[in-house]
Amino acid sequence: MKGIIKDVTFDTVVGEVMHMKNDGQRLVTLSTYQAGEGKMGILYHFDKELETTHLRLVADMDKPIPSVSGVYFSAMLVENEIRDQWDVEFDGLVLDFNRTLLLDPEVTQVPLASNVKIAPKN
Amino acid sequence: MLFTPTVVKNLLKKPATRKYPFEVREPFTKYRGELVMDIDTCIFCGICARKCPSQCIVVDKEKGTWQCDPYACIYCGWCVDSCPTHSLSMKHEHRKPVTEKAEWIEQGTPPKPKKKKAPAENKDDAGSKAAADKKADADEKAEAGKPAEAESKADAGKKADAGKKDEK
Amino acid sequence: MATTVIPFGPQHPVLPEPIHLTLKVEDEIVKEAVPALGYVHRGLEKLADIRDYHQMITVCERVCGICSMIHGTVYSQCVEELMGIEVTDRAKMLRVIWSELHRMHSHLLWLGLFADAFGFEALFMQFWKVRERIMDINEATAGSRVIVSVNIIGGVRADLSPEQIRWILSELDTAEQEIKALQDTIMNDYSVKSRTKGIGVMTYDQALELGAAGPTLRGSGVAQDMRMLGYGGYESLDFEPVTEPDGDCWSRSTVRFREVLQSIDLVRQAASKLPEGELAVKVKGNPPEGEVYQRVEQPRGECVYYVRGNGTKHLDRLRIRTPTFANIPPLLHMVPGCELADVPVIVLSIDPCISCTER
Ligand code: SF4
Ligand code: SF4
Repeated sequence: MKGIIKDVTFDTVVGEVMHMKNDGQRLVTLSTYQAGEGKMGILYHFDKELETTHLRLVADMDKPIPSVSGVYFSAMLVENEIRDQWDVEFDGLVLDFNRTLLLDPEVTQVPLASNVKIAPKN
Repeated sequence: MLFTPTVVKNLLKKPATRKYPFEVREPFTKYRGELVMDIDTCIFCGICARKCPSQCIVVDKEKGTWQCDPYACIYCGWCVDSCPTHSLSMKHEHRKPVTEKAEWIEQGTPPKPKKKKAPAENKDDAGSKAAADKKADADEKAEAGKPAEAESKADAGKKADAGKKDEK
Repeated sequence: MATTVIPFGPQHPVLPEPIHLTLKVEDEIVKEAVPALGYVHRGLEKLADIRDYHQMITVCERVCGICSMIHGTVYSQCVEELMGIEVTDRAKMLRVIWSELHRMHSHLLWLGLFADAFGFEALFMQFWKVRERIMDINEATAGSRVIVSVNIIGGVRADLSPEQIRWILSELDTAEQEIKALQDTIMNDYSVKSRTKGIGVMTYDQALELGAAGPTLRGSGVAQDMRMLGYGGYESLDFEPVTEPDGDCWSRSTVRFREVLQSIDLVRQAASKLPEGELAVKVKGNPPEGEVYQRVEQPRGECVYYVRGNGTKHLDRLRIRTPTFANIPPLLHMVPGCELADVPVIVLSIDPCISCTER
């Protein structure tokens, strides 16, 4: 992966993101992936003058993840999407759709976590 | 006001549209249209079924059937590109709209027929296919529909099996 | 003043696709907008579990119904980077040509819809008439109008012969004349200006902070175009990002209009630099473990793909961030303070493509 990758933790993520904002970086998006049992990786992608920086947070899925939507309002939408896809909680989300941004209210399964692994057809 | 010259020009010109369906443009020769299958050259290797991104082709080597769901097909042409014997090709015109969904099953001769079941079934099917062929020589689509009905029963068992496997 | 709540969408005459905004209105002035998405969510990212990495190209092409070519390109580029495949220069240039054709037809479609949003239907028809030439080029050279499906991992499937290139260039000459004839109308017409000038303003700093992308960002004066990254062939082409300083609807529409002309120029450059060579390289094996992050410029802006391989033929994770997704927070910022009648124009000015937002 091109660009600088910095590891952050639960406690430092909001501070680091704040730091990026003061540096004039634009928040591109958040990417998620499964990082082992009960854990997910979140990548915060930033851009400044076409230079990319990534912050990597490996989070436990059962604890609320600190939300950065208070720093960057644009993180609100993608954090809601992550809520839909992984059923995790965000702490301090400015506008919480409560897992109904993309999904219907009656959906209880979690699409991206492996409780609905679909098998290939052939 | 700035748009007036365009308006005047348009008034004096012929319409930009065609009187479809009375006037149809010549199709482009590269257009990926309706899928055509030549079952006689097929060797039932199943490459097309594995490559197909919408997984709408089912090849049964033992029975010698090649089956495609034309309404799930996305006309990407990957099967045409990958067929080793060039049995598949595409017309330059799109598939005509239909009012009812038809199944499309082609019955061919499997490369090494199994002795027990296959020959008996094959004879029946080949017979009905030949009859259907004559009737629908001109219209390829009808050919796709008719033998399907005759065969759908024979195939139902197999499909149900396949369905179960999928669920697992 | 009492507050009235007015639902905007999901079915609305200006919206080609469903998005819902709850507008809190005080006496014709919008005070707050809350979005609701999810009407066309298809879960395409999850499909990576059951379709192998070749087949995912056709899925990615269907993420968006307008810029399908560029989705296919960026996905192929990601997998190629993951597997360490070097694509031939000819394949890269061919990808550029079809990508720019897609940008053109997407912008022409949008310009038409935008004209329709403020009720200028004759202009709408006029833009779509020009667009039909580009669609014909796509159909004649690649086999389909929108889903051209020319990308494969390792290169492209279709080729352009010298005659076809000559024909494309002559069609583009005609299209350029026809588009330039409309320039005065979309930029300077009194009624167009009165509906777009000073409406939905977003400043330079706000655009960066809210994470806007593409023409919405450049309409606020930020000279950022992902093609400047020099991916897949763009490094050898010569262009400047198109920007307008005002940050209103007029700026965004002008940026797109000028980008159509820029794309015509880029196709000409790419056609003149088209090198000889193989169309595709052979691909063996499965994507190894690793992760790739790629950004490309789509008609609507910066599109981000994050691909994670795990050594099998299925990808571990495919993440797609489409440009409209990034442009919704700016939209929520632009709408408050405007008049209710301007909401359709502002919503269209970000070029919303909802199917790709929700995937
Ligand atoms: S159509 Fe071609 S690819 Fe498909 S089974 Fe027959 S020979 Fe094989
Ligand atoms: S054209 Fe594409 S979708 Fe249709 S049968 Fe062939 S491979 Fe499958």
